[in-house]
Amino acid sequence: MGHSLQPKPWQRTLLSTATSLAIASAGIMGFAGSASAQEDTFKVGLVTFLSGGASGPFGVPAAQAAETVIKAINEGTLPKPYNTKGINGLQLESVVIDEAGGPTKQVEEYRNLVQRQNVDAVIGYISSGDCLAVSPVAEELKTFTIAFDCGTPRLFPELESPKYFFRTGLDATADNVGAAHYLKETRPDITRVAGIQQNYAWGQDSWNDFQLSMKQLMPGTEFVDNQTPQIFQGSYGTEISALQTSRPEIVHSSMWGGDMEAFVTQANVRGLLDQATAVLTTGESGFNRFKDQAPDGTIIGGRGPFGAFMPENDLSEWFSKAYEAQHGVPPSYPSSKMAQALLALKYAADNSGAEGKPSDEQLASTLKSATFESVSGTVRMALSGGHQALQPMLYGEYYYSPETGPELRNIRSYTGACVSPPDGHDAQEWIENGFPEANCN
Amino acid sequence: MMRLRKTEISLVVAALVLGLSSLISPDWLVFTSTLAVAAALVVMGVVMLMRAGLISFGQGLFYCTGGYAVGLGGRFLGVTDALALVGMGIVATVALAMVLGLLLTRYREIFFAMLTLAFSMILYGVLVKSHGLGSTDGFSVVNWSILGYQPDQGHQSATGLWLAIVLALAAALFLNRYFQSSIGLACEAIRENEVRVEYMGISRRQVLYINYVIAAALGSIGGSLTALTAGHVDPTMAYWTISGEFVFIALLGGTGHVAAPFVAAFIFILVRTYAVELFPNSWQLILGIVLLLIILFLPKGIWSLFTRTRRAEA
Amino acid sequence: MLTIWAILIDGLIYASWLFLVAAGLTVIYGVMRILNMAHGSLYALGAYASASSIGWYYASGGDQLWIAFALLASCAIVIGAIAGFIMERGILRLMYGRDEVLMLIVTFALLLILEDLMKLAWGTTPYFAYQPYAALGRFNFGVLSVSGYQIMVVGVSVVVGAILWFWLERTRTGKILRSIIHDREVSEAMGVNVRRMFTMTFVIGASLGAIAGGVTAPIISVVPGIGVEVIVVAFAVVVTGGLGSITGAAIGALIVGLARAASIHTMPQLELFIIYAVMASVLIFRPNGLFGQATARKI
Repeated sequence: MGHSLQPKPWQRTLLSTATSLAIASAGIMGFAGSASAQEDTFKVGLVTFLSGGASGPFGVPAAQAAETVIKAINEGTLPKPYNTKGINGLQLESVVIDEAGGPTKQVEEYRNLVQRQNVDAVIGYISSGDCLAVSPVAEELKTFTIAFDCGTPRLFPELESPKYFFRTGLDATADNVGAAHYLKETRPDITRVAGIQQNYAWGQDSWNDFQLSMKQLMPGTEFVDNQTPQIFQGSYGTEISALQTSRPEIVHSSMWGGDMEAFVTQANVRGLLDQATAVLTTGESGFNRFKDQAPDGTIIGGRGPFGAFMPENDLSEWFSKAYEAQHGVPPSYPSSKMAQALLALKYAADNSGAEGKPSDEQLASTLKSATFESVSGTVRMALSGGHQALQPMLYGEYYYSPETGPELRNIRSYTGACVSPPDGHDAQEWIENGFPEANCN
Repeated sequence: MMRLRKTEISLVVAALVLGLSSLISPDWLVFTSTLAVAAALVVMGVVMLMRAGLISFGQGLFYCTGGYAVGLGGRFLGVTDALALVGMGIVATVALAMVLGLLLTRYREIFFAMLTLAFSMILYGVLVKSHGLGSTDGFSVVNWSILGYQPDQGHQSATGLWLAIVLALAAALFLNRYFQSSIGLACEAIRENEVRVEYMGISRRQVLYINYVIAAALGSIGGSLTALTAGHVDPTMAYWTISGEFVFIALLGGTGHVAAPFVAAFIFILVRTYAVELFPNSWQLILGIVLLLIILFLPKGIWSLFTRTRRAEA
Repeated sequence: MLTIWAILIDGLIYASWLFLVAAGLTVIYGVMRILNMAHGSLYALGAYASASSIGWYYASGGDQLWIAFALLASCAIVIGAIAGFIMERGILRLMYGRDEVLMLIVTFALLLILEDLMKLAWGTTPYFAYQPYAALGRFNFGVLSVSGYQIMVVGVSVVVGAILWFWLERTRTGKILRSIIHDREVSEAMGVNVRRMFTMTFVIGASLGAIAGGVTAPIISVVPGIGVEVIVVAFAVVVTGGLGSITGAAIGALIVGLARAASIHTMPQLELFIIYAVMASVLIFRPNGLFGQATARKI
């Protein structure tokens, strides 16, 4: 009945010795800690999705952008004002960690990065859950940490008096308030709005903020349906049928990545997008991929002035060229956001006034409430006590032709003060009270 | 009785050694060790069920309940004592397990596995739907104290480790006796041949029910400890792949000894964290290969490396 | 009234997809008593093979739809068969005679390995081979529309189901397989080469899983991780229908499909648990699934 696979005595001894050695060496490796960063390099930990559904559209492009930017920083080939070699003279060395596995695991990995691998700073985090779990740990371990992409509006309200944790990206509130403004300006006559969001915190928050904003800005709107398929479901046949039966004029979606592309294709073929216009708050990540599957006029956003929405300046032009040369495609918004976070790090280090390697405190106090130049224009760390970036929100319409490729038309920009609540205001209440203190000029 | 005492003494010694090592270990290792001990607790529950011939892909249900009890207790009821929070978790979980056990003990093998998986995923769905509880983001756990002792900055991890060790030691000593007790032996008998057990006048359902509820309680303690250590709870704790990890660790260690889940949990967590560090793009591959090798060459788990008794294969 | 039609159509479409995914899984379990967790990876393999072959075809200037379909089907079947053969011969064979549970964990390990192998081979960028899906257009019924491609998928699953049924019920090999399903030891005693049958069954089951993936690829965006998402749903259908029964898989798929469509159209809050609720409900009344056979206990 098959030969026995019980190990023979010598195999057993070998195996037990090998296992004991392995366990012992793991323990010793642990005690010794990996080679700590030398004094003339600055070690930054990068945390982003390298596996799973978020790796393709977000994690890997961000990691690739980091490669491009770090190489340029070390060579000193960035445009002004970042044209010095290294950060504060130190060469930048990176350690990349996969963000997969859930918040508890990421807390463990963050501690490993800081305490075992002895990184000097951490940049990363796409998933809101990870940001929320890691931010208190960053404060506990007193390590300079920049979140570059996660979109939860709850981040700073939940983090009491942050000192070391920063976010250089915008949150879901900004995305959806901006979308509502865009609709008010470009499609003032619509009344029937539906939505389709992935069924998790990001999707729920997005739809909530969008609904509240629309109620303020376009009070006559009727919300006819909101579908909430599972994340990574991939096939939306039934959801599209349900949407069709409710006959919307606008379909709002915060879906991203493969799900977004699949939904757009399916909705297009089924004819839903003949009847309705889609508003995709993360649509820019599909800008170079939709081809003719997204109908002309689809409204897309890039979570701010990123990717195809980058303004024309030295940094963005350099970045687009360098990224495309190294990776073959133009950068999408996750890549731009990672570049921005690295530029923030360089800014903080160069201007920290430190001799040699700046401490976490020096980096933090330099970046707090700072204003710096980036691929997205000027960034002001003006919210949440100087820890959250304030930037404009942009939306545009997607057009495609086989000869000229994809382009954005009818781009509108809304200032940061228009789409983000000022300090001290809870996002939902701010919207429900009619955006007090907002400045939309 | 001599053998029992010897095992128990060695368990106590091992626990002390682990606890004292926290004085010289780097902080990250203390943290990782605490997570490993917490995982081992859940795995002990899986092992209990495996000894009765049942594979549960749904221990995540109790793991998550324990964790959320800690989170909710701290956030909404203002409880900050760690032991009280763990206790709340146990109460909630045992209540849940007593209800579910009535249904689940009717099933065996694959159906048991699938039903436990289903209930775990139902909890996941409920938590994801609940916007108020933060959905997939979860929420953070309050700063906790033990019986009035508030750990200061540098000692938080060590306190967590000691708490975990004490609870795990208590569970291990209990299980050591349990496995030798009439109920524990009845479980193994059920795995071998249910009908004979019934003929002998023992109620299978009762035995399995008690077994299931105790395993659930262990899962809850593990979840509570994880929540206290990591400072965060989220619905992923109830996802089936987490339960799969526990089964993985259970098989890694084998069902031979009470200490096996601990050894296996440490190895698993260390292998995984080094795999993630050294092979960020292919750590799942490494994990899968290691698992395959263990199954092919050490079918009774890693613990079989250390025991002398072996049954000769026919 | 419109909603009822929508539920029926959507339910049928989803059920046909479920059946395609679950058929291979149930055949393998029935014959070999292996609940193959790596079935999801085979599905993903088929999807990647189809998507990349279609993508390559269209990128190199091809535009014949029938060639794209031929590529889709053949690449998926071939890669499924090869992967299945290697898995069975290479690894599973070493485990026969051991605990059923260990088999499950071995397939779990294979799932982990295959996930990363696919990621290394195909990268993380989503593969978006939408051309066959777009080309088949849609049919409008008033406000509703049905995509031509989805109708084709229904057709494919009916054909696959019919072939499987015919093979199991009417051919000699099928009867031998059914005898193995019923009682492996006795079949072996009667001279059946069970090992060879196992290999054949596994290869066929793997190919079925790959075909399901291949057929689905033009609809979705193929990314790492789609295999893992599919497993739980496939398991639920298989267990509901009764392990080892093709008819059970079909009926189970129909029930789950219709229930899900009904919940999405009428009570979207339930969508996340409807599959598990259906499975749990069926198991309460029929502990072995709808068409499962209660196995005799050896005393």
